[in-house]
This record gives sequence, structure tokens and C-alpha cells, in this order.
Amino acid sequence: MSRISDSFSKRKALITFITAGDPTLSVTERLIYDLERAGADIVELGIPFSDPLADGPIIQAAHARALKNNVSLKDVFALVGKVRKKTKIPLVFMLSQNLVEKYGPDKFYADCEKYGVDGVIVPDLTPDEKIEKGVGIGEGLGTGVGKEVDKIFLIAPTSSDERIKMIAKASTGFIYLVSATGITGKRTKSSNLIADMVLRIKKYSNKPVAVGFGISNPAQAREAVRSADGVIVGSAIVELIAKKQYAKVAKFVSALRKAIDA
Amino acid sequence: MFDNLPDGSGHFGEFGGRFVPETLIAPLDALTATYSKYKDDPDFKNELEYYLEHYIGRPTPLYFAKRLSEHLGGAKIYIKREDLCHTGAHKMNNVIGQLLLAKRMGKKRIIAETGAGQHGVATATGCALFGLECIVYMGEEDVRRQALNVYRMQLLGAKVVPVKIGSKTLKDAINETMRDWMANPNDTFYCLGSCVGPHPYPMIVRNFQSVIGKEAKAQHLEMEGKEPDYIIACVGGGSNSIGMFYPFLNELGVKIVGVEAAGAASIGKGSIGVFQGTRTYVLQSKTGQILNTHSISAGLDYSAVGPEHSYLYSVGRVKYVPANDKEALWGFKILSEMEGIIPALESSHAVAYLKKLAPKLKKDQTIIVCLSGRGDKDADEVRNYV
Repeated sequence: MSRISDSFSKRKALITFITAGDPTLSVTERLIYDLERAGADIVELGIPFSDPLADGPIIQAAHARALKNNVSLKDVFALVGKVRKKTKIPLVFMLSQNLVEKYGPDKFYADCEKYGVDGVIVPDLTPDEKIEKGVGIGEGLGTGVGKEVDKIFLIAPTSSDERIKMIAKASTGFIYLVSATGITGKRTKSSNLIADMVLRIKKYSNKPVAVGFGISNPAQAREAVRSADGVIVGSAIVELIAKKQYAKVAKFVSALRKAIDA
Repeated sequence: MFDNLPDGSGHFGEFGGRFVPETLIAPLDALTATYSKYKDDPDFKNELEYYLEHYIGRPTPLYFAKRLSEHLGGAKIYIKREDLCHTGAHKMNNVIGQLLLAKRMGKKRIIAETGAGQHGVATATGCALFGLECIVYMGEEDVRRQALNVYRMQLLGAKVVPVKIGSKTLKDAINETMRDWMANPNDTFYCLGSCVGPHPYPMIVRNFQSVIGKEAKAQHLEMEGKEPDYIIACVGGGSNSIGMFYPFLNELGVKIVGVEAAGAASIGKGSIGVFQGTRTYVLQSKTGQILNTHSISAGLDYSAVGPEHSYLYSVGRVKYVPANDKEALWGFKILSEMEGIIPALESSHAVAYLKKLAPKLKKDQTIIVCLSGRGDKDADEVRNYV
């Protein structure tokens, strides 16, 4: 059992997203510890990219802030190495396929293992492309490198049953359910699709299902975990970071924790 | 040899494919299924044919540029006059095809990206023709420098949404259009303007544009009794060029040249990457960040290139060469002065290569240049160039 799937075994998981290097790597380091203390079970680190296709304006802006300091994948691996001396909290990278390929898939997954990155989400890569060409996310280039790293794939409301089955099988650690069509960002109303979608996924897999995209307050988080095994909260946290209200981040995450456990 | 690509999942060798968020897989599958259902359907083909002939004005002429040929003193130069298509560029060939698919899918909301505004104008035109809602995303920088096209789109009833993120040019407009599609995958049709993006777009756009090459091949055969020695077209995303090249790919005696803008030469200066849904040559930094481009022509100002071009480059079938702003301006002026045809700045890059190529060839050799669009839209840009 990986450190990631393990964190679903005790309680409903709270997964928090921040962009690495937003606005600086030292703030990111401090925030990782704060998030853990406030009750996060997993920390997702967005790796800054010039053209984050799946992201809304809030996270796009975070990527742009990090890129002002030229934060690269190499820098974030170094940060993880530093963080690993102080905490074992599962860390997941969320990044575009281009960054993986430019870094070199083998080296990327080898470095995930070396520095202690537990899982990887590549939003613009579906398992078909991996199976088709044998490249990208997965066991490096068939060499077995990165076997210990969880590959977390996304399921969307538009996914057919056939695809749900295929993606659920390919995912390790947990399955990322996109709660609504569209991009990342805050939404006023949680999608009522969540319960239906979780049921559809559970028909094919007993792997944990975490819901993301548009979960932005404790009430929505509470609602989501009635059916799902965990929630992913990103834009609402990143918005506080944009305003440099770092103390509020911990408070907000504590409130999410409380709502989920209630 | 070259006519069985892409494979079933949209790959041209190691290029192409589908690198998109899961939300878009279902609408892309639906588009793929609709296209394969109708591409050989007689009613669909007749309807497409009807609009190509009566609305766009096809076939466009293949014109022998006598004075330019004599001036350069070598090969005979023929010009494929896509500038004479309705709305002034080849973009219309693809738009009509895609909108006929949208109609069959029952989609009434059409979204599109545009750089220079030519694809935006073509989409707005097609939507007016078929009574469809039209939303065009355009980088704020392009909105500024292509004000005339913005107004044309508005006249045609389209809503133009300025994109204020990133470099505020074509690549950002594509990002924003894809995000719209992710938010509205069920009721919206993305009318993509170039042979870029995820499968099936590179294939669909190529097939709708290959009417250019098919006509040129037949016209040249009739006029010269043989295949041309060279064909040339400009390459940004690469839709006019792939449309021109595709019917000639298996004629191995025909040499094919794609001309990229020197400041946006994805093949010339880029490296292989994954960008906006496809694996292809991309202008990017050592760490994989996408680089901004510069070209005097907004239509070539794009950081990547269609995946089939990357493939044709990798197997050596097509040669890709750069032309800089100055060379393009020479092409713009020479065609205006010698032939009375004002070319788009994009197409002027293809014309520019004639200066290097034509004088080296014999008098019985022929070159076809694809003139993808007319240059009225660029008059201000050229006048202000210092």
C-alpha cells in the first residue's frame, strides 16, 4: 500500500493544492508544513507551466507568479528533498506532459522516487496515450523506473462507462474525479453529479475516489465526502496565497478538516 | 505511402495523438465518429461541394505569373489563388466543412480561436450563413493590431472575446477556446482553424484543405502536361500548406518546401514537445516552458506547428526553411508590383522563397506557390513597418 492510498484508510482525505514557487519556493516550503498541521492528508504541488490548459484564472495567475522567478521542475525536486527531512506527508506533483517529456520521463520518475514524490497527476494525459505509445506517465519508458510512484488519472462527467473502467484500472493511489465540466476554479454550487459519478466509478473499482475542480468551501467539501473518499481543494487556497494571506490558509484548511470530519 | 496517416488514434509516426484533459475525450470522440460517418456520405459531399463552388467560389485559379517568372529569370512560377476565396483566404474551405459537421451534430453554439483574424472572420461568416451562434477568442494584442478584422467579425454577428492572459496572441486564444469547450462540452462545437491540436483536428483540417492541392495538381497537369518540380507554401500552424502538400506527397518527384516565419520557426528552431493537445515541434525553453514568438504576420505567430508537418520533416519528405520579416516584405512588394496581386503577409513568406529558388531552376521547370490569402488586412502593418 502506498503512502497515498494509506492516507484514505483512516479518514476521508483532504488533499490541498498549491503551486510550487508561488510566490517563492521558501513560502511554498512553509505552506506545506502549515497545510499538514492544519489537517491536510496529501499536498498536491502544481509545477508552473506557461500554458496550463486545464486551469482557470486563479491557478493560471499562480503559475505566472512562480515563473517570474523561473521556478523549474529541478528546483521543485530540490524543494521536495528539503521538505522530506521534516515530514512524511504524501506529496503529489500535478504537471503538464510537456514538462515531463522535456525533463525526460525516465529521469523524471527516477527523481520522483529519489526525492520522495509519492504520486503524479498529468491532466493532459489520459491512459490511452500511455498505452498507445508506451511513453509519458507510467513506468518510464518500460524500464520499470518509477514503479513506486502512484499515477493518478482523471475521470470526468463526460467519461463513458468503458472509459471509467479503463481509467480506474490504470490509476494507482487514488482516482481523481473532476466534479464538473470545465477548468479549475471556485464555483458557487457543488455539482450534484458527484454522488452519481462516485457510484459509477465504484462499480468498477474499490480504489479511493477524490473529488476536485470547484470545491471551494467547507460546506461543499462536507457534501462531497458524503459519497467520495476525499476532496481536493485548490483555487480557494491559491486565492489566499495571491493576497499573501498565508495565516488564513491554515485557518481555512482547519475549517475544511473540521467540516469533513463532522 | 503518405496517405494512410494518421493511424486510428491520430498519430503521424511519433507525432500527433491526443493530449487533453479527460473532459474533452468524449466530445473529440463524437467529432471523430461524426466525421467518419459523413466524410464519404454522398449528401454531405454534395452539400460541401455546393458551398465550395457557389459560396467560396471554387475552383480558385492556378495563375501563371509571367512577369515575376521573367523577372527572377528561371523556373515558371504558378500561383494558386486562395486569396480569391470568399473572405479572402483559404480558411473558409475548412470552416464550411466543420460547420456542416456541427449542423449534423445538432450543435448551435460555435467557438473558435483566431490570430490574424482570418479564421475568426471565416467562422463568423459561416455562422451567419448557417444561423449559428459564434464566439471568437482573440488575443488582446491581436485585437489591437487587427482591428479591421475584429469589426468585420462583429458586423457578421459574432462575439469577439479578447484574451488577456499570457502573450495575448494566438496560442493564448487557443488555450481559452479549449477552456470554453471544457466548460461546455455538450452543446458547443469547437471550429479549430489549423491542422493543430488533438486528434481528429489535424486530420479533418488537412482533408478539408486538401481541395487546394487537388485542384492545383489537376490544373497544373492540364496546363503543363506534367507534375510541378516544386510546390511552396507558408507554415504557421500549417493548414494551407498541408492542404497544398497532401495530394502531392506520393509524387516523389515533386519537391516540397514549407516556409516558416524566422521568428516563429517551430521546426527550424524548436524541439519535440507536447503542446495544445498534440506531440509536435514546439518553440520552448530548456525547461519546457513555451516561448513567445515574433513575426510581422500575426497568422504565423504561433509557437508550434501541426503534427503532420513534424512528421513530414522527420522523414525528410518536406523541407522547411525560414523567411524573416524583411524577406516577407520583399515578397509582399514584388507580387504587388509585378503581378498586381497584394498577398497576405503570411503568404508573402512563401513568395519570398522564390527569390532563392526560381533563378536556380531551368526555364522548363515549374513551381507552384500557394497564395493562402490576400493582403488588404496587412496594408497598415506594412505601411508602419520601420
